[in-house]
Amino acid sequence: MDALYARISGNPAFHALQARRSRLAWTLCAGVLTAYYGFILMIAYAPDTFRKPLHADTSVTLGVVWGAAVVLVSVGLTGMYVWRANREFDRLNARILEEAHRAPLG
Amino acid sequence: MPGSLKKRTVHHWARLGAPVGLAAPFAAQAAEPGKGLNPVAVGMFTVFVAVTLVVTYWAARRTRTTRDFFAAGGQISGFQNGLAIAGDFMSAATFLGVTALIFDFGFDGLIYVVGGIAGWPIVLFLLSERLKNLGKFTFADAVSMRLASTPLRTLAATGSLFAVVLYLIGQMVGAGKLIEVLFGIEYQAAVITIGILMVLYVSFGGMIATTWVQIIKATLLLAGGSILSWLVMQRFGFSFDALLREATAHHAQGDGMLRPGLMTHDPVSTLSLGTTLVLGTAGLPHILMRFFTVPSAVEARRSVFFATGFIGYFYLLIFVLGFGAIALVTREAGYFDAATGKLIGGGNMAAIHLSHAVGGDVFLGFISAVCFATILAVVSGLTLSGASAISHDLYTNVFRPHATEQEAVRVSKIAALGLGALAVMLGLLFEAQNVAYMVLLAFSIGASVNFPLLFFAMYWKEFTTRGALLGGIMGLTVAVGGIVFGPTVWVDLLGHESPLFPWKYPALFALAASVTGSIVGSLCDRGPRATRERAAFAAQYVRSQTGLGAEGASVH
Repeated sequence: MDALYARISGNPAFHALQARRSRLAWTLCAGVLTAYYGFILMIAYAPDTFRKPLHADTSVTLGVVWGAAVVLVSVGLTGMYVWRANREFDRLNARILEEAHRAPLG
Repeated sequence: MPGSLKKRTVHHWARLGAPVGLAAPFAAQAAEPGKGLNPVAVGMFTVFVAVTLVVTYWAARRTRTTRDFFAAGGQISGFQNGLAIAGDFMSAATFLGVTALIFDFGFDGLIYVVGGIAGWPIVLFLLSERLKNLGKFTFADAVSMRLASTPLRTLAATGSLFAVVLYLIGQMVGAGKLIEVLFGIEYQAAVITIGILMVLYVSFGGMIATTWVQIIKATLLLAGGSILSWLVMQRFGFSFDALLREATAHHAQGDGMLRPGLMTHDPVSTLSLGTTLVLGTAGLPHILMRFFTVPSAVEARRSVFFATGFIGYFYLLIFVLGFGAIALVTREAGYFDAATGKLIGGGNMAAIHLSHAVGGDVFLGFISAVCFATILAVVSGLTLSGASAISHDLYTNVFRPHATEQEAVRVSKIAALGLGALAVMLGLLFEAQNVAYMVLLAFSIGASVNFPLLFFAMYWKEFTTRGALLGGIMGLTVAVGGIVFGPTVWVDLLGHESPLFPWKYPALFALAASVTGSIVGSLCDRGPRATRERAAFAAQYVRSQTGLGAEGASVH
């Protein structure tokens, strides 16, 4: 097993996959955390802005919309990650594992 | 800020984990108009118990190995597990407690909804697949993979048990009070009934039964919440604007309730609460455990996707229910105690009264039964998670490394029975107490001990046993100390003049302590063991990324 791990570690395709996956994961993470901590910081420092209605004819406020948007962004980005992972990462991962198993050990 | 309102803010944490904030308002209200014994509620609940016991019998016949018992044999599909995770996460607390928070504090109640959902993408992007690839039954498996097993499992199991038991007490006390009101039975009888049922599910049916109880309950709760929201929206011609307009017209604070600040006071507390919610989610052991019930990392990923979808959908319904309760419950004098002007049955009954306002006695019975099922499912998940920490982490891996499978399963069953008995005893003991701080502590420990341990173990090459121990102990100390010496326990419960720790939510500080301890401890660790641990990171990294060698994966 250790030989297999070492072989995968030395495969540039593994590092390319790993780099792509973590770039996507951290980018999406930053997206969610920006939306969420934006919401929290607005509550902490700009409560009056959050209270304002979106326009003159509605009682729906910026805060309510932002809150609902964080829920939708969370679900949406989760979907985006799963979509990319299913389409692209799983296939690359399977190929890396296959290559590692195919070549004789030693 | 009016004094009464400020006093009530103290209890809102109970509502997150436990469906009922403060015990006292409930006690005297066991039989009130429109409640008592509702035949629909009793009938539906009886059917629920009968079905779940049949499921438990069926599951017991399929539970042979430890893998069956702790991880349902790894045979749960991503969709089923997503529904079960949603079941674990959407407690009666979310449904009743958060609705009640919006009912009382308007906009600020939404923080719990938004914070609860934002944790899920983080779990998916950073934890779920790697956790599944590294672990076997508990998150301690992943933490202790390349680090010293005995001290780290002890630490992780301590973190888990702390969180589980505290959360369990919160749920038991809340549930007892709620059932007393909804079904008109004695508090003691309610707590004992819950205790017996959860021990039956867990010790006979293990994870298979617990998962299916969770799936049935999640389906019921999603259906109940959808129907209720639909009935509410119908009253306003399906216009959220009209609903909100009506709500601001009836709330005591008028449209001031849409301004943040009725519940949150200072920026530091708000930031700390926000952190507790988002990372606490990612550190709750009974939720992390669910990723081992699926066959692969791909299915683990799918589970989070479905879970996030279900939870997100349900949380958007909470927007409707919370503001709907303000609009429709506030104007009916019949829902308030004529003498005190308080909501009949206590603050958490807003959603229940709302179901009556839009659907009458039959619908109220349906929603009450759904709440009972919800509580039962959540305490079962917690009990199983506690039993696995005792049996798998402590017994099999620390005390008796050569224990057989049968022995491990037997120890888990005894542990489940023990935890059940403990939960019932503590539930009875804390009947008249405010248990809000316990749930707050459970989430703070999740955010500041379990989450950083797992994160560093999986992501940071330099992380060593010494760093993990120092970080874990510092995080746990600040979390516990912050609660005990903070405003919730030191002032409100123990009656001191002013708190030694000024902020109500210690998670931000506990997290800082835990991260500092982990980094300093690891960097100062230069022994031969630390060198071995760092060297083992490369192999662990490949395994976590590719699933090669993962538990339950096909062996090549």
